[in-house]
Amino acid sequence: MAQLTYRDAIRAGLEEALRSNPEVFIMGEDVGAYGGSYAVTKGFMEEYGEERIIDTPIAESGFVGTGIGAAIAGMSPIVEIMTINFSLLAMDQIVHIAAKARYMSGGQISVPIVIRTVSGGGNMLAATHSQSLEGWYARVPGLKVVTPSNAADALGLLRSAVADPNPVMFVEHSLLYGSRSEVPDEHYTIPFGSARVARSGADVSIIAYLRRVPISLQAAELLEDDGIDAEVIDLRTLLPLDTQTFIDSVHKTNRAVVVEETWEFGGFAGEVIAQINEKAFDSLDGPALRVGGANVPTPYSRPLELLTIPTPEMVADKVRSLF
Amino acid sequence: MSTSIDSTLPRSELLTMLRTMKLIRRFEERSAEHYGRGNIGGFLHLYIGEEAVAVGVISPLRDDDKIVTHYRDHGHALARGMDTAACMAELFGKSTGVSGGKGGSMHFFDVEKGFMGGHAIVGGQLPLAVGLAFANRYRGEDSLVVCFLGDGAVNEGEFHESMNLASLWNLPVLFLLENNGFGMGTRVERASAQPVIHRLADRHNVRSHREENGQDVFAVREAALDAIEYIRDGNGPYFLEVMTYRFRGHSMADPIEYRQQHEVEPWLELDPIKLLSDRLLANDLTTADEINAIDEDVENEVNEAIQFALESPFPKPDELYSDIYA
Ligand SMILES: Cc1ncc(C[n+]2csc(CCOP(=O)(O)OP(=O)(O)O)c2C)c(N)n1
Ligand SMILES: [Mg+2]
Repeated sequence: MAQLTYRDAIRAGLEEALRSNPEVFIMGEDVGAYGGSYAVTKGFMEEYGEERIIDTPIAESGFVGTGIGAAIAGMSPIVEIMTINFSLLAMDQIVHIAAKARYMSGGQISVPIVIRTVSGGGNMLAATHSQSLEGWYARVPGLKVVTPSNAADALGLLRSAVADPNPVMFVEHSLLYGSRSEVPDEHYTIPFGSARVARSGADVSIIAYLRRVPISLQAAELLEDDGIDAEVIDLRTLLPLDTQTFIDSVHKTNRAVVVEETWEFGGFAGEVIAQINEKAFDSLDGPALRVGGANVPTPYSRPLELLTIPTPEMVADKVRSLF
Repeated sequence: MSTSIDSTLPRSELLTMLRTMKLIRRFEERSAEHYGRGNIGGFLHLYIGEEAVAVGVISPLRDDDKIVTHYRDHGHALARGMDTAACMAELFGKSTGVSGGKGGSMHFFDVEKGFMGGHAIVGGQLPLAVGLAFANRYRGEDSLVVCFLGDGAVNEGEFHESMNLASLWNLPVLFLLENNGFGMGTRVERASAQPVIHRLADRHNVRSHREENGQDVFAVREAALDAIEYIRDGNGPYFLEVMTYRFRGHSMADPIEYRQQHEVEPWLELDPIKLLSDRLLANDLTTADEINAIDEDVENEVNEAIQFALESPFPKPDELYSDIYA
């Protein structure tokens, strides 16, 4: 077991892909000479050459679409969109071509692309640069949406993403890059659609993904003082969604709180709650609740920004309201 | 570079231009300092080295003209005469800031001054400029819209869509390209198949010019005046490319590993502020004492701005939900 940062785990997964398949290439804005905005691909251009580590112009629709085209030609592109905010300029290509080409062609085409991008707020980057839009993509049949919360999951899920013959949105969180966790030395993969029990508990199921997982684990610690034993479920992938793991958990704990960073209104948490209502209603001792971000464009000013993102205290308060 | 001054501007206006460039420079040097101290957060993109562009283009505008720009917006804001203290307060995230503390460095706004925003999605400001100009023409007004953009932005589809629309409908937009050689760490030559960017305008039947002396505020001003006259005469949009250089990193977070110091140094020699003050001195249009007095004056203004920003309150929690809808 090695202690790796989230960043280094992703680097390791990318290097593995580059070494094992000459048709893997990495493409995106400032992934080469600059080393990546979050330094994930630092040094790659020197190591693997400009043919395979490709700096693109600022043209999201163009280069993401190019990656999709190369994937349709049978290559294995890993395309980086600097942040998920900028993915909106490429959304047409992702939603209309990558997600639909296989279905519309009656199964003749596959699109084995990995689109890496970065989500999340909390960096004082204001409204245009702080969004968490992965939940939007998770509504699109034909895409897969991966949301790792720690280094070990990031590596295991990245391996699955690279091996997957479908378009995968691999969504990283900007404030997780420096976080460390144990990563097994032996080769492993984590299949999509397998949630993880991040902490087991008897009294309530807290269900989260990306950075809200460590936040929920902190909430669980706070709740110990109230004598509440919380279970924390990390969804790990939004699409496909492993419903079984959290339904089993709710059967056991009889209470559920779903946590996500983005706008609470119309969010992915609502989907999870609908699944709970449909599949575990009889087990519930109270309503399945959610904690999401404030329904506002993210403000720059620090004291206001802090009010927009769910904290461990906010999660713990919501849980307490069920007791 | 020329050392004479053939500008017809009165001395007082020449000194105002010098003072504005110095104000932009000190404002940003001091904001970098306060970024280091944690009083400013997020992304801070400095304009240092490019001051002649903002001042050369904005100084000949009329009050009813409008400006839209990108995230590297402090220079444009100050050149437009936006309140220095309110600009600093915005960086500090205070409610007295130009955007109420909600926008930060990348999103300065001052509608009264016709400053229709810093916009942080590359290329996003271009269609907005076209729309503002559309309204002008529809209403029969002869004011125009200046749209600042970077060399990186021309590779977005929105650039071409906007140029075509403005040209097709003969709209009064001055597309003002600040070619500082890089989009983040990527050189123009590595990002644009046509690195002489203004030539792209031909494709859309838009009149264009490249001003090579972007560090020379007079050259920029002359080029801008030509463009402005062309647009006010009802000829439609104009694309002006100005060659300049970003002395600092892309943002405060940039380790600047993609360029060598030896290529930066010749540009540092072309410091637009030094070039202007040297020329004013050489032509006996000012004295060392007068320049010192300007420096002192600017220093005071920036100090007062910082004091104001420090003392101003943060927005109150209920302001979180204000301004979402009209
Ligand atoms: C659509 C979009 N893609 C990427 C970014 C990230 N980004 C911000 S500034 C920038 C470089 C822009 O360069 P340029 O247009 O030359 O302006 P400069 O910073 O040099 O003034 C990039 C890639 C963004 N903000 N928006
Ligand atoms: Mg540039």
